[in-house]
Amino acid sequence: MSKDIRIKRGLTLRLKGEAEKQVVEAPRSKTYAIKPPDFYSAVPKMAVKEGATVLAGDVLFFSKYDEKLTFTSPVSGTLKEIKRAEKRRIIEVIVDADPTDSFKDFGKMNATTSTAEAVRDRLFESGCGAFLNQRPYDIVASPEDTPKAIFISAVSTAPLSADIGFVLKDKVAAFQEGINALQKLTSGKIHLSVDDSSEAVLKGITGVELHKVTGPHPAGNVGVQIHKIDPINIGERVWTVGAEDVSIIGNVFLTGQYHPDRTIALCGSEAKDHKYYKIKIGANSSDLVGQVSDDVRIISGDVLTGTKLSNNQYIGFFNNTLTLIPEGNKYRMFGWLPFTYNNIHSHSKTSLSWLFPKKKYALTTNLNGEERALVVTGEMEEVLPMDIYPMQLLKACIAGDIEKMENLGIYEVAPEDFALIDYVNTSKLEAQDIIRLGLDLMITEVG
Amino acid sequence: MEWIRQKLDQFKVPFNKGNKLEKYAPAINALDTFLYTPNHTTKKGAHVRDAVDLKRTMITVVLALIPALIFGMWNGGYQYLSQIQSEVGFMEALAHGAWKILPMIAVSYGVGLGIEFAFAIFRGHEVNEGYLVTGLLIPMIMPIDIPLWMVALSVIFAVVIGKEAFGGTGMNILNPALTARAFAFFAYPTFMSGNQVWVSEASNIDGVSGETILGTLAAAGKEAPNVTYSALDMFSGLIPGSIAETSTICILAGALILVLTKVGSWRIILSAFIGASVMALIFNALPNMGIEGNALTNFPWYQHLIIGGLSFGIVFMATDPVSAAQTLKGKWIYGFLIGFFAVMIRVFNPAYPEGIMLAILLMNVFAPAIDHYVIQANINRRKKRAVSASGQIKTAV
Repeated sequence: MSKDIRIKRGLTLRLKGEAEKQVVEAPRSKTYAIKPPDFYSAVPKMAVKEGATVLAGDVLFFSKYDEKLTFTSPVSGTLKEIKRAEKRRIIEVIVDADPTDSFKDFGKMNATTSTAEAVRDRLFESGCGAFLNQRPYDIVASPEDTPKAIFISAVSTAPLSADIGFVLKDKVAAFQEGINALQKLTSGKIHLSVDDSSEAVLKGITGVELHKVTGPHPAGNVGVQIHKIDPINIGERVWTVGAEDVSIIGNVFLTGQYHPDRTIALCGSEAKDHKYYKIKIGANSSDLVGQVSDDVRIISGDVLTGTKLSNNQYIGFFNNTLTLIPEGNKYRMFGWLPFTYNNIHSHSKTSLSWLFPKKKYALTTNLNGEERALVVTGEMEEVLPMDIYPMQLLKACIAGDIEKMENLGIYEVAPEDFALIDYVNTSKLEAQDIIRLGLDLMITEVG
Repeated sequence: MEWIRQKLDQFKVPFNKGNKLEKYAPAINALDTFLYTPNHTTKKGAHVRDAVDLKRTMITVVLALIPALIFGMWNGGYQYLSQIQSEVGFMEALAHGAWKILPMIAVSYGVGLGIEFAFAIFRGHEVNEGYLVTGLLIPMIMPIDIPLWMVALSVIFAVVIGKEAFGGTGMNILNPALTARAFAFFAYPTFMSGNQVWVSEASNIDGVSGETILGTLAAAGKEAPNVTYSALDMFSGLIPGSIAETSTICILAGALILVLTKVGSWRIILSAFIGASVMALIFNALPNMGIEGNALTNFPWYQHLIIGGLSFGIVFMATDPVSAAQTLKGKWIYGFLIGFFAVMIRVFNPAYPEGIMLAILLMNVFAPAIDHYVIQANINRRKKRAVSASGQIKTAV
């Protein structure tokens, strides 16, 4: 049974440098890293010391508050370095990789016939718990929870994002096994959303409620889909899993080994080989892009929600996209004149770029203005297809008014849902940041 | 053009962080960003950003005001010259109007921006662009002969009490331009109302009369009014009135720019005209209901829309996003009530022949209340959903 979701409000940003539909094996990195900051709210506690030998699937660190939630090594090798930032916060756990991987053997398991308890234990001991995210708050899932439902988005609408249907085309069997395993974790349904491309690949998947999603970005955001399918009410918890991550989970059950294979789209106007690359999670960005100059920004993820990487930094745990765009550290004369600089995309009609809806843009990282007071109204609503008042919610978050945030629907949103608001708003307000701080406040005050 | 940039960077050195003129940086930044969009890159959040910024938005409104402003200058000269001589040249009329109006604009910008810069330096934030629009609007809604010191006083009142006292741009409750006009209106009524102020020199030269149509209608009472202007005059703007309010066609040209660029809310504009029409139609219908009415109630409804400051207020003041309702539904209600009350005040309050100023200020005050109820409906919907969901869980257990 499927329920179609048609999104009308939103914005599909067309950028230059889409990845070609061609998969290339990337060279094996010398070092791989798992970055604890990728797992929001988890406090890492190291399980092994620097210099220890690890197999692919051996625990590197676990959550301080729940030892069951483990994070395992993507490759076999020796633990090279535990990189720390201020207050000794761990930011990178770097593994020197062996030339070929040896795997920790978890033993094969049939997820369908096994008990829920066994499936849950296997999933978390192999480190696949790291793929589970909890809504509300957009944080790591707790191994003790039984979520109301699990949501998987196989819809790619973010600018230049990897085509999930293409990524999954050879991983359908593992994906199905992953679904079988996830079914044991929830008391409710598993909702799988697909677009045209992923529908062709995933239409035979059983054990899920399939939703066909159409419309502009952020239609592919799992948060928007949850809002349309079965919105989160106060006190409820759901989990979300990335589409390719489901197949990694499935592989653990099929092979008994942890194979964190990631298909990553290299894209953006500054990227050279716009292709899909097969990598292991935690690979070094320099394997794909080499060394880039200061005029180029490497973004792990898409241009709206990704993280900035310096040369030789490691690709994020969840990212299916690596984007290279030019830095915009240049002045523009009289940039405030309406109807000029139409080569920079604008959602507002004060630029003529709306006359060319098919045009692809090479956008830079210039802020195109300065932060100002909130003046313009109505523009945020145009890119947030939820029954939520974004500006009022943002103001409640800035004010730290918990009751108001709760009333206005803070439980239903994640920072990524506000990424387009970052993009379009005239006042250059950092909406994602404000929502993240608001969610953090809710975690400490409400829990 | 690179040398301008280099000179500017050199000039800015003493204003940089840590240097002695640091606290005056907002003033110098305002001038710099007027020349150049800065080289700031995204630090967090989305890595790319839309080309629009507040400067662009505000300049778009200024552009939209230009047709009405030019017409206002010409009409200011024409209304005066046509009464003292038989032939009026285009440039002659424009020059007379510009002679009166350009100093007002200069005073308004000079005083207003001075205060804005001072507050920006004092508070340590960048100068907001809102005053670019306010500073042009204030002279445009004044009578042509108002003394410059009154303009300056009104500007000071509007910016300090109307805006900065509430926390600056984005925080004000009332539209600053209308606050300025309301201040002048109540502080210096002899310069702001009556039948001597609406045409240049009318108070000095006996042969020049300058009554507005609304003034004529209000004075007529139950008698038949002696309106000498045709509907076409009213629409094109060849009538006495505040500087830029007379020409409905130029105002509609501005409205078109605002609506096409989405800078002004078409919902507010449309619903306000609907509101005004509904109220005027109700008054027009009075004779059919056996009530005699007066010159104002019997004035044709469509002519109500094209005289006085109604259309100027609706297009350029009611759409001010800061003081208007912020929700989509709220905008419909807010606009409708502005039009509705504007015509009602015209008819019921002979002391104030024009009602749009007070109608907008009144609805500015009520806009947060309108939004509150619209948002409360959203909140209730969410709470109801939560209750029904928890009910389902209970029955399942």
